[in-house]
Amino acid sequence: MKDLIGIKELSRQDIEEILNTAKAFKEVLQRDIKKVPTLRGKTAINLFFEPSTRTRTSFELAEKRLSLDVLNFSVSTSSVVKGETLYDTLKTIEAYNVDYIVIRHPCSGAAKFVANHTPACVINAGDGTNEHPTQALLDAFSILEIKGRLDGLKIAIVGDIIHSRVARSNLYLLSKFDTEIRFVGPPTVVPGYAPDNVKIFYDLKEGIKDSDVIMLLRIQLERQNAAFIPSLKEYFHVWGVKKDVFSYIKDDAIIMHPGPMNRGVEISTEVADSSRSIILRQVTNGIATRMAVIYLLTPREA
Amino acid sequence: MIIKIYNAYIIDPFTDKEAVADIVVENGIISRLIFKSQALSLKPDTKPSALNIKPDLIEIDARGLYVFPGLIDMHAHLREPGYEYKETIRTGTLAAVKGGFTSVCCMANTNPVNDNPEVTYYILAKANEEGNCDVYPIGAITKGLKGEELSEMAMLRQAGCVAFSDDGMPVMNAMIMRRALEYSKAVGAPIISHCEDLFLSENGAMNEGKLSFYMGLKGIPRAAEEVMVARDIILCKHFHAPLHIAHVSTKGSVDLIKKAKEEGVPVTAETCPHYFSLTEEAVRDYNTNAKVNPPLRTEQDREAIKEALKEAVVDVIATDHAPHSLDDKNTPFQEAANGISGLETALALSLKLVHDKVLTLRQLIEKFTVNPANILKINKSGIKEKAEADLIVVDINRQWTVKKEEFVSMGKNTPFDGWQLKGKVLMTVKGRKFFNMWQEDK
Ligand SMILES: [Zn+2]
Repeated sequence: MKDLIGIKELSRQDIEEILNTAKAFKEVLQRDIKKVPTLRGKTAINLFFEPSTRTRTSFELAEKRLSLDVLNFSVSTSSVVKGETLYDTLKTIEAYNVDYIVIRHPCSGAAKFVANHTPACVINAGDGTNEHPTQALLDAFSILEIKGRLDGLKIAIVGDIIHSRVARSNLYLLSKFDTEIRFVGPPTVVPGYAPDNVKIFYDLKEGIKDSDVIMLLRIQLERQNAAFIPSLKEYFHVWGVKKDVFSYIKDDAIIMHPGPMNRGVEISTEVADSSRSIILRQVTNGIATRMAVIYLLTPREA
Repeated sequence: MIIKIYNAYIIDPFTDKEAVADIVVENGIISRLIFKSQALSLKPDTKPSALNIKPDLIEIDARGLYVFPGLIDMHAHLREPGYEYKETIRTGTLAAVKGGFTSVCCMANTNPVNDNPEVTYYILAKANEEGNCDVYPIGAITKGLKGEELSEMAMLRQAGCVAFSDDGMPVMNAMIMRRALEYSKAVGAPIISHCEDLFLSENGAMNEGKLSFYMGLKGIPRAAEEVMVARDIILCKHFHAPLHIAHVSTKGSVDLIKKAKEEGVPVTAETCPHYFSLTEEAVRDYNTNAKVNPPLRTEQDREAIKEALKEAVVDVIATDHAPHSLDDKNTPFQEAANGISGLETALALSLKLVHDKVLTLRQLIEKFTVNPANILKINKSGIKEKAEADLIVVDINRQWTVKKEEFVSMGKNTPFDGWQLKGKVLMTVKGRKFFNMWQEDK
């Protein structure tokens, strides 16, 4: 495989291969010396058209632990406004002869566009509201670690589904396994035209009470102005996951969040810091998963 | 120069003639038109058609071929002045005649906008100097396409505008639209409405639905179009001014127009070949060449539009020819410009409706000729003696492959590249001008 553009393009077998490889890398990360020489001499560039310290740091750490040379190329929105097209930026970068391009871009389909125009391996680190495949892979990896399986689980995705690439990638990943997927949230941000295998809940309690996994999404603070949600206060009141959920969710349910979370909007502090929350574990697993993805995209020696 | 066309099967909705005839064109004027039997067979087993070109005489044995009046495209973007890197009046009208159009109406979203007579005069002068066919400018409804103040519609009409439209920049203010409709009655040219509620379509890049969710693209709901179709029909009904609805793309719009027509509201409508040839599936791979506004819809909409053409709910087929440079399309989907370079494929795509028995050939030609001429009050005499030659010779069965690199339009943006189509314009005669596409693609 040359690129990782989305979960859409992967088979169940591909996903299992990535998750198994991630498991091996997680063991490496627990050693004293956390670096492997695998990709010494190769170069990766992290090309971010949207600010994201977390995802970029996670990729950078994964790249360094694989002994890659790393370039960070943050393109502020202002310089895009100046007129250089994505195509031109890409051609410039190609002239550096990089082996891997990790791209984040505000346009859906941008990663695919880049992959179509470069011989380098391209990893999608989030394109518009389309996909964020490594997030879904690390989420799956984290669920597997705790639950030992994906098949047979009920998974509730709660929040702004329409604008979430995390939700989409998770949906596509979980749909390749025998899972029950639920979308939970207000009808303005839960799509009425969701895929047939998804159950829709506008009521938080109904949606999460017998779920094995409760996956929260970040509410984009700027969206309340676009009339999706009357106010953050109201959102928290109706769809925020607060400690009262402990009285009705399953005992072994886990609570996930891709971060950065808004305490007091989609999640309360009591829940975020509870033993049900595996948010920090997700962060750790992100590095191992990204190492696995980069490693598997390596052109193998003959 | 004399052009003699023998044994042509003429379908001319302007003169209401449908028969086999011999046509002689001398110096751009039809000097002789002799109708022969209706019965001459068009079957391929007859002697094949032939073209013979001598310095001063072109002879065509048009056995098995059709002759139609030159087609009228009432909705095109010629991009000049201002966007000559996308298209010019010269290249746009060359694409037109190659596609069988001898009249092209060009939308006002040039730079500067065609909201004052100077721009109209400029377009007409350019068309006169460098154009290959008739060009009819469409003036802006509002100054600068801003939707705030009416442009000088009467002066624009006098300068040569045949209609008014802020195409692409819908007039969101219903009061301004009301005034435009009322004022247009005095001006004697219709308002052409690009129906889109900008609040509902905001930042959308494709049809809203399962596929837009799957691709992670913001959708444009069908409601964005239908809400405005409904609004404009209501305004048209209350203020009795002719309204023409541009590029209808949804079943809901068709239903609204049908009901309005049944009530006697003076509304007409057009659609474009891509709305009955494609569905949203065409953008599945983020194919920017299939990005148009309104967006390609679903199979249900496509079927409804075909039905609407059949039932004459939709009166006109227009191209919405929207040429763009490569750079405008070689970007991520969301950022790509909207539009299809449509003049060179429109007739062949539409002939599929005839081959599939959705429309008769006569009905199809009406949608490309008399219907737009009547809506715009463009005076065309059709194919008759002493009239200017304005006709095309068409082989409705000729197979050809669309090759965008062979487009004469500067816009190579087409989702139909590589398509096998049936039906080709072999020759366009417009006054003294003569365009021969006979040998191409053989
Ligand atoms: Zn339009």
